[in-house]
Amino acid sequence: MSTVFIALQTNEDTRPIVEAIVQDNPSAVVNEQPAMVKIDANDKLVVRRETIEELIGRPYDLQELQINLITMSGNLDQTDDEMVLYWNA
Amino acid sequence: MDMQVAKKKLGLKERYAVMTRGLDWTPSYQKMEDIYPYIAYEGIKIHDWDKWEDPFRLTMDAYWKYQAEKERKLYAIIDAFAQNNGHLNVTDARYLNTVKLFISGISPLEYVAHRGFAHAGRQFPGPGPRVACLMQSLDEIRHAQTQVHAISNYNKYYNGMHDFHHAHDRVWFLSVPKSFFDDAITAGPFEFMVSIGFSFEYVLTNLLFVPFVSGAAYNGDMGTMTFGFSAQSDEARHMTLGLEVIKFILQQDPANVPIVQRWIDKWTWRGYRVLTLVAMMMDYMLPKRTMSWKEAWEVYFEENGGALFKDLARYGIKMPDCAAQIALEKDHLSHQAWSTFYNYAAAANFHTWMPDEDEMAWLSSKYPESYDKYYRPRMEYWREEAAKGNRFYNKTLPMLCQTCQIPMIFTEPGDPTKLCYREVDYKGDKYHFCSDHCKKIFEDEPEKYVQAWLPVHQIYQGNCFPEGTDPTVEGFDPLAAVLKYYNLEFGRDNLDFEVSEDRKNFAEWRGQATKNV
Repeated sequence: MSTVFIALQTNEDTRPIVEAIVQDNPSAVVNEQPAMVKIDANDKLVVRRETIEELIGRPYDLQELQINLITMSGNLDQTDDEMVLYWNA
Repeated sequence: MDMQVAKKKLGLKERYAVMTRGLDWTPSYQKMEDIYPYIAYEGIKIHDWDKWEDPFRLTMDAYWKYQAEKERKLYAIIDAFAQNNGHLNVTDARYLNTVKLFISGISPLEYVAHRGFAHAGRQFPGPGPRVACLMQSLDEIRHAQTQVHAISNYNKYYNGMHDFHHAHDRVWFLSVPKSFFDDAITAGPFEFMVSIGFSFEYVLTNLLFVPFVSGAAYNGDMGTMTFGFSAQSDEARHMTLGLEVIKFILQQDPANVPIVQRWIDKWTWRGYRVLTLVAMMMDYMLPKRTMSWKEAWEVYFEENGGALFKDLARYGIKMPDCAAQIALEKDHLSHQAWSTFYNYAAAANFHTWMPDEDEMAWLSSKYPESYDKYYRPRMEYWREEAAKGNRFYNKTLPMLCQTCQIPMIFTEPGDPTKLCYREVDYKGDKYHFCSDHCKKIFEDEPEKYVQAWLPVHQIYQGNCFPEGTDPTVEGFDPLAAVLKYYNLEFGRDNLDFEVSEDRKNFAEWRGQATKNV
């Protein structure tokens, strides 16, 4: 097992995104650090557009994440509907 | 922020394909090797450039949209910071020295990265990587500019930042980050991508930006936090591209694997040596600390890098050998570095100091195996001497490592009581190294590293004095002449924090901010 992670700035834009990630990834662990939030998961982490849209009540383009991203690890695959981070091993 | 989301006519994958493929043509009256002259000599074989894909699938139109939004956010905060006298909100004035280190050591590298990616992008025959290099080149110049703008607010009030680029090209320890990037941009385009795109961005920048920027926030520095996070949002993309570039090169041809492994080994070590500055920043220079260097190394390199190299094992890539030595050094690195800068505070563009009692207790708790045994006694001694009026300033010059250009201060792996020295004879001259890894890098490419501009050698050769200086006159003071050449003022930009103008001014101004004078 390997850890993948994503870190976002702590702000009102990212609060529902963190909530969506926690909903969609049972292994997600949220670490709150000064001004940032780092979310670790086992082997794979999915950010789903639909879950975010349900929480914020408006259409959302996953590329908006660019604005508040701090760092990430793992191989990435992004489409219109989801952003997936994963390790193969 | 409430961004408009327009209904897209094409899906992300299709949009990316339309915007990054089929943009090239086959030349008819020029030879390919004349148009792309640097693509073959490194020995990397690429069979299908279209196999390279940006996993974010970012296209130029989306790039402008999101970068513009980042800039609007950033400059709104920088204005608010300046208008609100934000510089007086930092925890204490010692913190400002991390900003000095940043502007003179790191920001000029952003500019060189801009040039490097513009150059590498031009050299690649594939439009996918070329578009990604263009974006990264623009990101990097944005970082250089926004850092200069954000830090210029500090330069209005505090010393040592007034001529950062001049300093970057001259000051002895700044040759460490400078020579690192010079080494990368003078390599071929593939090695450049592996060195900066992969080893630096993917493996190491988490250690530079994440704990440091989070630390800036923790220490009340809104200016640095905001440019740091704005830059870091681009870094997340760079890291992903760095990983993608590696996978692409490895997938294209098995003959690429040993070449790439050698570059990963070399650049992990080169990058780690540069991070020595970050180690001491985290453990000694942030008045309020977020995590120790050792903890950051364990999370971001051992855990995260471990996962990465496990993933790359399917291509035949393994964890660099130097990781074993780095693991032995993690209990010692920041202490050895800070001791050195404490010694050489007369010749630097920032102030140093000895940790107070609480800070020493923190260091003991974070480094139970090493701090009390090896480093606390000498720091307590220096502190006592300073209290008696004998603040120690080292007036001699240290021997530098030919490869990383750091003074030869590091100890033998596994024996923190013995300095580590290595040497190589090459064409009648003797070259010195701080470690087996720096020695090996030299031995692989001696003709490159014999050309190193080593600040100490240059001072001794008389090349670091203002023009017209006569070093043979009675009572010549070499340090004074070198500081003039650096454009630093003795007693203002250098020496101990305790006696600094920064300390005095900050205390006075903070007083004015909280009461009527």
